[in-house]
Amino acid sequence: MTLHTLSIGELSARMARKELSSAELTRYFLARIERLNPALNAMITLTAEQAVQAAQAADQRRAAGEQGQLLGIPLIHKDIFCTDGVRTSCGSRMLDNFIAPYDATVVARLKAAGAVMLGKSNMDEFAMGSSNETSYYGPVKNPWDTAKVPGGSSGGSAAAAAARLAAFTTGTDTGGSIRQPAALTGVTGVKPTYGRVSRYGMVAFASSLDQAGVFARTAADAAIVLQAMAGFDPKDSTSIDAPVPDYPATLDAPLSGVKIGLLREFFEGLEARNSALIHDALKIYRSLGAETVEVSLPHLPLSVPTYYVVAPAECSSNLSRFDGVRFGYRCENPKDLLDLYKRSRGEGFGPEVKRRIMTGTYVLSAGYFDAYYLKAQKVRRLITDDFRAAFHKVDLLIGPTTPTPAFAIGAKVDDPITMYLNDIYTIGANLAGLPGLSLPCGFVEDLPMGLQLIGPHFSEAKLLNAAHRFQQATDWHSRSPRGYE
Amino acid sequence: MSLTRQDVEKIAHLARLSITEQEMPVYVTSLSSIVNFVDELSRAQTDDVLPMAHPLDGQQQRLRADIISETDHHEKYQANAPAVQAGLYVVPRVIE
Repeated sequence: MTLHTLSIGELSARMARKELSSAELTRYFLARIERLNPALNAMITLTAEQAVQAAQAADQRRAAGEQGQLLGIPLIHKDIFCTDGVRTSCGSRMLDNFIAPYDATVVARLKAAGAVMLGKSNMDEFAMGSSNETSYYGPVKNPWDTAKVPGGSSGGSAAAAAARLAAFTTGTDTGGSIRQPAALTGVTGVKPTYGRVSRYGMVAFASSLDQAGVFARTAADAAIVLQAMAGFDPKDSTSIDAPVPDYPATLDAPLSGVKIGLLREFFEGLEARNSALIHDALKIYRSLGAETVEVSLPHLPLSVPTYYVVAPAECSSNLSRFDGVRFGYRCENPKDLLDLYKRSRGEGFGPEVKRRIMTGTYVLSAGYFDAYYLKAQKVRRLITDDFRAAFHKVDLLIGPTTPTPAFAIGAKVDDPITMYLNDIYTIGANLAGLPGLSLPCGFVEDLPMGLQLIGPHFSEAKLLNAAHRFQQATDWHSRSPRGYE
Repeated sequence: MSLTRQDVEKIAHLARLSITEQEMPVYVTSLSSIVNFVDELSRAQTDDVLPMAHPLDGQQQRLRADIISETDHHEKYQANAPAVQAGLYVVPRVIE
């Protein structure tokens, strides 16, 4: 049986024709997780029993005449999404014993569509990391080479998608945490426009940057999932009340006349082999009728320092809720309330999370606020204005997702700046709230590389369309790591 | 700019984080290098630029009618608490 190679559309068609039940499909993927995950460490929690029950419920809904592309389709949620009655650890000792008392809106929507949760995936602690090495539950291995990182912070979801442990997986992207691991594991990853998908029930890292999205084998599968995830939610005060277009309907739209801007700043210092893959992709886009022009975003090189002020500032504020009183880890024998706060947080958070909280505390503290936080917010506007100006000239921007393919586990853990620079190409879209997508575009040293598309606000349909047309013309997305075919 | 051990101790106190003796030198070094790295921002000309707090700025904060939308779930929520007594969160004595 090779059910893991089928698209969501094919799986759901088989279930509609009664050739396959969701219970069979769910047991198939659970067995695959049991067999393949020990080498990857992509999962934090398995919910096998609940999954089989949910699958049986989906089968009953189909038997009662209900249709739906996601009805009975197995998925894995990043362990940042609250799941009612199921541990939601966020990759941290702080929440190791936390049983979420409600469902995140993303979880509730996919549940309503009939998708079946198999479990929760491993991730960098509180989504802070670019390699999945900051997880309390240990690093995730890249299925293409288990000595390499899968990227982060949604590394478990990316590795699980690449190893085909579920039909699709969910993720979140604050500075590249969907697109970067998607690139490093050879899958398609979509970070929607800020406000397109509800953040309710998603453990907050940096609230003006966080956005939920999806990992799938193809843009066509991602379109189906995003359709179910997106839309207005009164429970999220920054959710956008605008109609959600029919993403699958426009996947095949012709690209003739579409103007694609090549981001000059993304190629400065990029290795020749990596740059060649992007230029090959551009040739394909031209053959599909698109026009390509070079564009410059002069402030883009400042996006990493801007991000490492804004994101830690918001993180220090958001993570102040972990106080050892209402939920989460509490230290042993606190001598007074201050000791309880300090030791619960000092022992419950890992080194990178503490580093970010302290960076944020520093840039927000009296005497430094103007020089760092206010300054970063101003540069954030300059970067956003650069994107806005570029989108007056072009429909989409294109470039690499990452500077290099997956690096060795342990290679960058001791140097935070080197680690932070992994996200040099992805952070800009978060600062400006733009949608971005990474799709496989070739290999360097047998490791996958990603092509990144960035569009104006609410242009997900165009990004998915451009990615789908590329995948119709290439087969990079259908390659599987050895042992996971 | 370099941060001193005293700077990091002060930041850790403001952030309510206990930092061990072994961790301290690592944070002094790494926080200094982060501060140096983000100092690059001072190069940018930002006179007359308004700070941007939200990616879709111009968006109005939505208001809603002041009606009760939550029901009482305190038992379920407090099941996650480290210590609870009679529906109250228990902490070390604050007032003598």
